Amino acid sequence: MGKLRLDNETVAARAAQRVAEMTGAAKMPPGGPLPAEELAVLRAWAAGTRPWSFAPISRAAVPAGRNAVDWFIEKSLATRGLRSSAEADRRTLGRRVYLDLIGLPPAPEEMAAFVNDPRPDAYERLVDSLLASPHYGEKFARHWLDLARYADSEGGVQDYGRPFAFRYRDWVIQAFNTDMPFDRFTVAQFAGEPVAVGFHRQTITSREGGVELDRIRFEQLLDRTSTVGTVWLGLTIGCAQCHDHKYDPISQRDFYSLMAFFENADELDLEPPQPAAYRAERDSLVGGYGIEESLQFWEDGMRDALANPGKRPLWDVTYDSYSKRVDHGRRTLLKKREARTAREQDALVDYFAQNSAGAIGKAKFDELKLKELSEKLKKLDERFPRREGVMTLEENGERRPAHVRIRGNWADKGAAVEAATPASLPAMPAGSRDRRALGEWLVSRENPLVARVTVNRLWQELFGRGLVRTSEDFGAQGERPTHPELLDWLAAEFRDTGWSMKRMVRLLVTSATYRQTSDAREDLTAADPLNTLLGRQSRLRLPAELIRDAALRVSGLLNQKIGGESIRPPQPDGVADLQYSMKWEETKGEEKYRRGLYIFLQRTAAYPLLMAFDVPDRTVSCSRRETSNTPLQPLNLMNDPVFVEAARALAARIEKEPEATRVDRAFALCYGRPPAGRERDAVLSHVAKRGWFGASRALLNTDEFVTRE
Amino acid sequence: MNNFLETMRRRDFLTRASGGVGLAGLAGVLAADPFAAKAPHFAGKAKNLIFLYMEGAPSQIDLLDPKPALAKWHGEPLPPSMTKDFKFAFIKPNAKVLGCKRPFQKYGQGGAEFSDWISAWGPIADELCIVRSMHTDAFNHQPADLILFTGHMLPGRPTLGSWVLYGLGSESRDLPGFVVLSTGKNNMSQSAQWSSGFLPSSHQGVLFRRTGDPVLYLSNPKGVTAEEQGQDFGLVGELNRARLDKTGDREIASRIASYEMAARMQLSTPELLDLGKETAAAKAAYGLDQETTRAFGTNCLMARRLVERGVRVVMVTHSSWDQHTELEKDLKKNCDITAGPVAALIQDLKQRGMLDSTLVVWGGEFGRTPLGDFRNAEEAKAGRDHHANCFTMWAAGGGIRGGVTIGKTDDLGLHVTEDPVHVNDLQATILHCLGFDHTRLTYRHMGRDFRLTDVRGQVVRKMLA
Repeated sequence: MGKLRLDNETVAARAAQRVAEMTGAAKMPPGGPLPAEELAVLRAWAAGTRPWSFAPISRAAVPAGRNAVDWFIEKSLATRGLRSSAEADRRTLGRRVYLDLIGLPPAPEEMAAFVNDPRPDAYERLVDSLLASPHYGEKFARHWLDLARYADSEGGVQDYGRPFAFRYRDWVIQAFNTDMPFDRFTVAQFAGEPVAVGFHRQTITSREGGVELDRIRFEQLLDRTSTVGTVWLGLTIGCAQCHDHKYDPISQRDFYSLMAFFENADELDLEPPQPAAYRAERDSLVGGYGIEESLQFWEDGMRDALANPGKRPLWDVTYDSYSKRVDHGRRTLLKKREARTAREQDALVDYFAQNSAGAIGKAKFDELKLKELSEKLKKLDERFPRREGVMTLEENGERRPAHVRIRGNWADKGAAVEAATPASLPAMPAGSRDRRALGEWLVSRENPLVARVTVNRLWQELFGRGLVRTSEDFGAQGERPTHPELLDWLAAEFRDTGWSMKRMVRLLVTSATYRQTSDAREDLTAADPLNTLLGRQSRLRLPAELIRDAALRVSGLLNQKIGGESIRPPQPDGVADLQYSMKWEETKGEEKYRRGLYIFLQRTAAYPLLMAFDVPDRTVSCSRRETSNTPLQPLNLMNDPVFVEAARALAARIEKEPEATRVDRAFALCYGRPPAGRERDAVLSHVAKRGWFGASRALLNTDEFVTRE
Repeated sequence: MNNFLETMRRRDFLTRASGGVGLAGLAGVLAADPFAAKAPHFAGKAKNLIFLYMEGAPSQIDLLDPKPALAKWHGEPLPPSMTKDFKFAFIKPNAKVLGCKRPFQKYGQGGAEFSDWISAWGPIADELCIVRSMHTDAFNHQPADLILFTGHMLPGRPTLGSWVLYGLGSESRDLPGFVVLSTGKNNMSQSAQWSSGFLPSSHQGVLFRRTGDPVLYLSNPKGVTAEEQGQDFGLVGELNRARLDKTGDREIASRIASYEMAARMQLSTPELLDLGKETAAAKAAYGLDQETTRAFGTNCLMARRLVERGVRVVMVTHSSWDQHTELEKDLKKNCDITAGPVAALIQDLKQRGMLDSTLVVWGGEFGRTPLGDFRNAEEAKAGRDHHANCFTMWAAGGGIRGGVTIGKTDDLGLHVTEDPVHVNDLQATILHCLGFDHTRLTYRHMGRDFRLTDVRGQVVRKMLA
């Protein structure tokens, strides 16, 4: 905090005071009195521009032997004359912790083992075994992938697939499974192994003709910068791309200074050398078409357009389109043939074979049989799929000059800026100003935000809402923490004990607070309708992916393979037609029963289940999902062939049981509990009319099935 | 009965909880009953919106904003002084002018000018408020689509239809509140036109699909009869009620309500799609008897049927208007497909007394240049590039003053010279007609109150009745 800011605050306070005085009847400002809410904004601004979250983390003392979570929660309930709820019954607790830690409901045998475990620490043992499960990483990766705006396609008009984007997803799963400490996890994604840096490659792109390449790059840098703000700082710094942040101490200069860390980073797809067999086949294939002369003519035409725009409209358009569709196309075109890598040359030839009809003339295009060549090249590529690559960023050595952009307009450059972290946060140590330094600064001991923001998200994942409900915004416009002391205690604990996420998760789920029943209680409903005081647990609707996982799991269809290429489960004809360039080639066999986390995320034509159940569109970082309730959801779960198949499989599974125990088996599979008398009667009379298929459909559609209680 | 009471109790509670916060408090209420109709800021003339979106950008020069002066420049570049500040998508500032070959004629008492390709609009001329002075910020499709529908060029924000649904709720208990119908090729922005952005996804437009079920998973699974489906829905309801009694969680009441609505949707949608009760004359007016107009005409007729059934917003998209080449052939084709059905829709709404409460908007994301796109060597196959500085749209119906033409552009169609209307102004005007002060229809997201018109927008008074 420099003197200048203090001065600014003084000025601000005086201004607010003056305006307040002027709203008196005697002295109206021009245009009438200021509305109360505007005045309030001005006052808040004047009251100090540092949000609560910028203050150092302070750790309050907790009596020895008490679970800190329970200590703080009970204390705040007590001040309002309330008390906690009793522990949930073992079955509810078992299903809850399975769903929360590995995202799968327990099998009846697993539930029985837990319920019948007489040891006093049966629950802690269960927690430890779930934390050690390889499915733990899948469950916790989901939330991080929302933050990372991870998808399998690039967005924009064409929305091409990113064939090896899944490597980053798998890296995240493994990082959670091995409990990579969060500080290392962070630095890795700024400057660690190439696949981890893929975090910053999840930006959308545009290949629309007529769009300036510099503009696309600028928008990607904007997104990278805003995303760092949302994910690590919990600040809406994106606001500062156009003007100084209105409410938080982030200036426009801060924003572009942060953006400058990314200025020297070029996108890079690292791929192993092409297989020799591919090279040989490809060379002989292309060699057989005699394209050299026309290819040269076409390249020359584009280079001429690049040098003399406006001379020949046809070639302007030809070059424009090529430069958008072929990554680094300009660089390739300007390189001598010998200087190009094999992949660069291939990309150029692929594009030529597909798209040169307009430029070289239809007659020539047909004479050379380029359509045929292009189809053969496509077939060849399908036989040698590019799965081994890694999307990352390379430092290109020279840092491009960074500037403030006036009102966020990329073409309107303001003052030059250097890479720097926001002035109102603790300073970065002197030395190198690269992405590694930025990552290290984020998780430095002095940074008050990252630990708070991160433990709050873990809390959100386990309690349904963060201690700070606006988990993406810890600024002045976000909500205040409901339990500031607890948040700080957790943040300090997280930071001071080595940033272990599993350790924090264990701490939270073993608390009595977590273990309470979620049943509504009259006194709480009146005093705390939104359950912010945690006098009970909350019932939470499962996220889209886990609804699918649960249906496949209880029906016995689920394939529990971890990681690997994304899958395309069956979806109705026409859904993928919404999208411009890719076909939805249905995944066959066992693979199609893999978990929802692995469903191919096509940005412009999302898989219907994901869309219906609030999966974010992955355009920008998402810190918390909405939980909507629409009639499209029942239609999806009742009528989607995937769920119908699950219902059939579940029915078959139940029918293997002796008739007398079928209803019990069905409830054990779906809900981990025996049916109440009323439920048993309802199911039995339904089975009499509809058989077990009808009953199974209904069991997979209840509120309880899609809810973690 | 039980679940109905629960739902009502819940709604009552939330209304009290949000205690007079008005729209700012909506976010909380939405989770409760996303389907309930809501009151706007003031009594708007329009209750429904039909947006006829001509994606790709129709050429205003050849349809609605005649520029006879272009004839003498045809085939010549304009002086650099006139084009130096221009940014185009594909052509360069030295591109040659493409004259317009279309004859224009005046229609109605207001003297609206239409070229021969849209003469079918003659009978509706006096219903339209034609705005020749539209302008926008982007000259590429995707950002221009985004700013037209979300008020901002970068992705991620809610679209017009979602905002309207958020503000007004839906009057239909068995159909989605925001429906999208589409025809044509090269649809580029897709869900950017109907996404709910950061609003809860219950505000998303539902695209009625061209093949198979109009709404995904609307049909019963193979081999399940309507009766069986009803029975299975019945058991879900019974089990949910048992759980509600056990846990006391009122969210279960919402779930019960959405299952009931889904069941009703399955039953009522076939009736919606069955055009059997429409007269032969009506079908002919919408062009259902002609191959050229059938698909788009059906969508226009469907738009009327949807609004009749309480659907709040209908987007009818035709996306083949990006005439960089073959202007003569393809622009005419698009007009042949759309002009008749659009006129039929306006007349039909009028005749049924629905036009007063239905706002209809027609247009694309930007305009087209007076300079030609001559990428094709044959001049007869020339087209026009994207033009953000001026274009023409029109509005009709609820709250709109018909029979007027607003705004002027210069003789060459390069710039607006009178009454400029930015797309954010149009949005403000649309919301005004529906009863909203656009600066107060807001949603708190990422620490900021967002609105459709971003930081701009002024209601265009001249457009109002």
